[in-house]
Amino acid sequence: MRYARPETPAEASRLLAAEPGLARVMAGGTDLLVQLKSGLVEPDLIVDIKHLPGAAMITREAGGFRIGAAVPNQALGEDRDLVAAWPGVVEAASLIGSTQVQGRATIAGNLCNASPAGDSVPALVAAGAVARVTGPNGERDVPVQQIPTGPGKTSLARGEFITSILLPARPARAADAYLRFIPRTEMDIAVCSAAVNLELDGKGVVARARVALGAVAATVLEVDVSAALVGTRLDDAALDKLAKAASAAAKPISDKRGTVEFRTHVVGVLARRAARIAYERAAR
Amino acid sequence: MALDQPRKFKYVGTRPARPDGIDKVTGRAQYGNDITAPGMLWAKVLRSPHAHARILSIDTSAAEALPGVRAIVTGADFPPIEGDAGMRDVQLNCMATTHVWYEGHAVAAVAATSQAIANKAARLIKVEYEILPHVTDVDAAMAPGAPVVREGQTMENVPAGMSANVTYHSEFGHGDLAAGFARADKIIERNFRTAATHQGYIEPQACLASMTADGRGELWTCTQGHFYFRTACAAILGIEASALRVTASEIGGGFGGKTQVWAEPVALALSKKAGKPVKLTMTRDEVFRGTGPTVTTSITCKIGMTKDGRITAGEATLRYSGGAFHTGTCDMGAMAAFASYDLDAVRTYGWNVLTNRPKEISYRAPGAPQAIYAVESTIDELCQLLNLDPLDVRIKNAAKAGTKSSYGVVFEEMGLLAALKAAKAHPHWNSPVPEGASRGVACGFWFNFGGNTCVSLNIGTDGTVAVSEGNPDIGGSRASISLMAAEELGVPYEKVRTVIADTGTLGYNDNTDGSRVTFAVGLATIRAAQEAKKDMMRRAAAIWGIDAEAVEWVDGAAVPAGPNAGKFPPMTLAEIAAQSFQTGGPIAGHCDFQADGAGVSFGVHIADVAVDQETGKTKVLRYTVFQDAGKAVHPDYVEGQMQGGAVQGIGMALNEEYIYSDKGVILNPGFLDYRIPVASDMPMIETVILEIPNPGHPYGVRGVGETPIVPPLATLTNAISRGIGKRLYELPMSPPRVLKAIKGH
Repeated sequence: MRYARPETPAEASRLLAAEPGLARVMAGGTDLLVQLKSGLVEPDLIVDIKHLPGAAMITREAGGFRIGAAVPNQALGEDRDLVAAWPGVVEAASLIGSTQVQGRATIAGNLCNASPAGDSVPALVAAGAVARVTGPNGERDVPVQQIPTGPGKTSLARGEFITSILLPARPARAADAYLRFIPRTEMDIAVCSAAVNLELDGKGVVARARVALGAVAATVLEVDVSAALVGTRLDDAALDKLAKAASAAAKPISDKRGTVEFRTHVVGVLARRAARIAYERAAR
Repeated sequence: MALDQPRKFKYVGTRPARPDGIDKVTGRAQYGNDITAPGMLWAKVLRSPHAHARILSIDTSAAEALPGVRAIVTGADFPPIEGDAGMRDVQLNCMATTHVWYEGHAVAAVAATSQAIANKAARLIKVEYEILPHVTDVDAAMAPGAPVVREGQTMENVPAGMSANVTYHSEFGHGDLAAGFARADKIIERNFRTAATHQGYIEPQACLASMTADGRGELWTCTQGHFYFRTACAAILGIEASALRVTASEIGGGFGGKTQVWAEPVALALSKKAGKPVKLTMTRDEVFRGTGPTVTTSITCKIGMTKDGRITAGEATLRYSGGAFHTGTCDMGAMAAFASYDLDAVRTYGWNVLTNRPKEISYRAPGAPQAIYAVESTIDELCQLLNLDPLDVRIKNAAKAGTKSSYGVVFEEMGLLAALKAAKAHPHWNSPVPEGASRGVACGFWFNFGGNTCVSLNIGTDGTVAVSEGNPDIGGSRASISLMAAEELGVPYEKVRTVIADTGTLGYNDNTDGSRVTFAVGLATIRAAQEAKKDMMRRAAAIWGIDAEAVEWVDGAAVPAGPNAGKFPPMTLAEIAAQSFQTGGPIAGHCDFQADGAGVSFGVHIADVAVDQETGKTKVLRYTVFQDAGKAVHPDYVEGQMQGGAVQGIGMALNEEYIYSDKGVILNPGFLDYRIPVASDMPMIETVILEIPNPGHPYGVRGVGETPIVPPLATLTNAISRGIGKRLYELPMSPPRVLKAIKGH
């Protein structure tokens, strides 16, 4: 097993593309090292991208935020502007792991781990985040929901990796929220989850709404909820429609963490509750 | 008992700093995995992927050929134990021979020059299996035609015609059941099920074993009983006990789970074969698959009650499975089930059933939480049906001194009624139930135990005191034993140091279990201190030139007993110790005995919970534990036991369970999906210590460690059932199960 610490994205990409064996990208390493220790993977090459230029920085870009692939989740919560603009994304990222893990784990890693239960992914999808991918053919920008293609699988080609994620600029009276269901209070994995991103008009009426659900399908599921929410002040009828739409869209499985019926029901409950939180934040 | 009965304590009952605290918070404490030796090898165990299979062949040639591999052992390397069926089962559990009986059963082990090579070599061992039908559910295993786990295990007391998986039957109780039920105004019979749960100790099993060419061995291991480990390892390896010295490491949690060997005989066998020290540390995955959880149970409970809340009869059938091996835990359940109540007519029936699960090992009050969960739930449902106050009903029926218990013993002084009355008077019980919440209450019981104990106490020439005892400290016993030595000798706590001696140093000590250590080792320490005091008084008498009988011990010093004895200033322990070389040599006290009179233990718990009606998730809002400690030697530790036990019981009630696939494979062998509560799940557990002195101990001490895990299962069931308006009969009450009950499908 070899460890490489390239200085440029191009070099990292070259290393990844040239490796004849199994190559893995490491940012925080909070998924990779656990998989390694439990014998799930035995990479021949580990490419550490923490030291690439900008990898550990949050930069302002066109009113939005470009988050380097190695920015730990803890740093997201310490950026006041980011918290104000995207409270749902930040709270989703902050739920991952323990305090120690928060100091290492990244949202880019969470996205590339491609678990349908990854906490930050539904929030990123609902936010309309865009991943910047570097590879042998240069850079390309990809909407985050196109990165995971199934449990543990991504659309990234050989030699490609994510260098940053862009959260777009926010209009006034906009906010997001994320809720997951876990049997405990922390240190757990989502049985199902919901992220809601709302933009209100000047009168408090929902102008745009995006909802994404976690752990109820092979990948994070974006649900079109415009019919349920747009034009409403999020009254009970709208929330009922939202919950029904979320439950109807869910295609979960039964496993050790929950049953089909439980996930189908609870994901609707979470969507409703998250929407209410997002609305209150946006109206503030 | 002809011991002094001091009523006022100087040191006992105080809260000094724990002796192991600094080492633990600075990371210096040495646990099982912390020891290495020159030339040491690393071990890995290969485990069965099948729940039930015949081993057709084991081919180790590829593994042996791997550079760095030094030894491989299989079942063939262990001489079969004759005569002792129980120890033979322990041996077969450590390493399979002809069959594997559960997924995770060890089939081979490797020692190599690195952990990576050992892991790789284990994967190169080829085992050919013939997969056999399996059964993991206790009710399914009892049904006619169930796959047979092991033939020929059935004992004589099992009626003919039952499934071969039923190995053992027991019955306890007294009185005329039919007459009792005839007097009842309301009778209900309910079925309950509980899942297998794991102790969840944070430190995995880990040991360093070294066998030398002359057939002697050293074993460093994390254990709750190194003397039993010596006995078991010697038997399993076919060597004499005295050839093996076992030293107990610091222990990162045990809760009963470290009272049995798994890794140690394997590591010793590897070391014997390789001629080098061998370290064997289990992974978390192996701890879940390969060590012992609790029983899994199915219980039927029938209780009759009058309109005014008197229990007229109680009957329970307890079907327990401790995996693929005989265990006597159903006896514990059957004896404990109704112990809290003074009943004219009571009967319990225990059944042990084999399943393709790992061999059960003790977990804090083994067998009692499940049985008492069924009884306390049934009583609570009767209280609801008859519109009675659940605490008043328990007060009305409570067992007390003189009660003939449901398992035959007549109780001595004990604290159940005191705990119930304390609960009734407590602000928790008298506060309004918070909006959206519900409240539950339940009792719990554990027998407590004394057992084989051996302690040496040495007075240093500088006036300090060294206590050597033989029970690993899992709950603060070193501090408590030092406090009792300080109390008896009249020297400050800081002058006493208690250490856990190895097996070469003391006589046999039973495991740290049965809530026995503070009671039994404390009692032995007091006796050893009394012996040392007697010697010191004799020496003072000799120095003074008076009769030894004319000297007594007051406040840590020898003094003349009354004016007729002569006028001498008090001679302190330190002064006597300093002159010991001139007065006959070292001063010591010793006690070896079988401690009796442990004194039963009862507790009462109250919980307020809020159930999220849309998700089925339970939040514990407030929780109070009332328990009789006899005398709380170190109240911090007593409170810690009450809190820790309660939290473990809450874990059993809410989320903890072994989940199996249809192939009998454990699906959640880790702390992510085997959900013990985390700190933020819990409110501060409030504690009320009651002190009803145990007549069997000079300070009144009774064990406190196990009882607090017993009541939470029913306490939470009763609270949640009242909260959602539907009775729950199965544990854990995980959110999917609770939501299903709420939605009524």
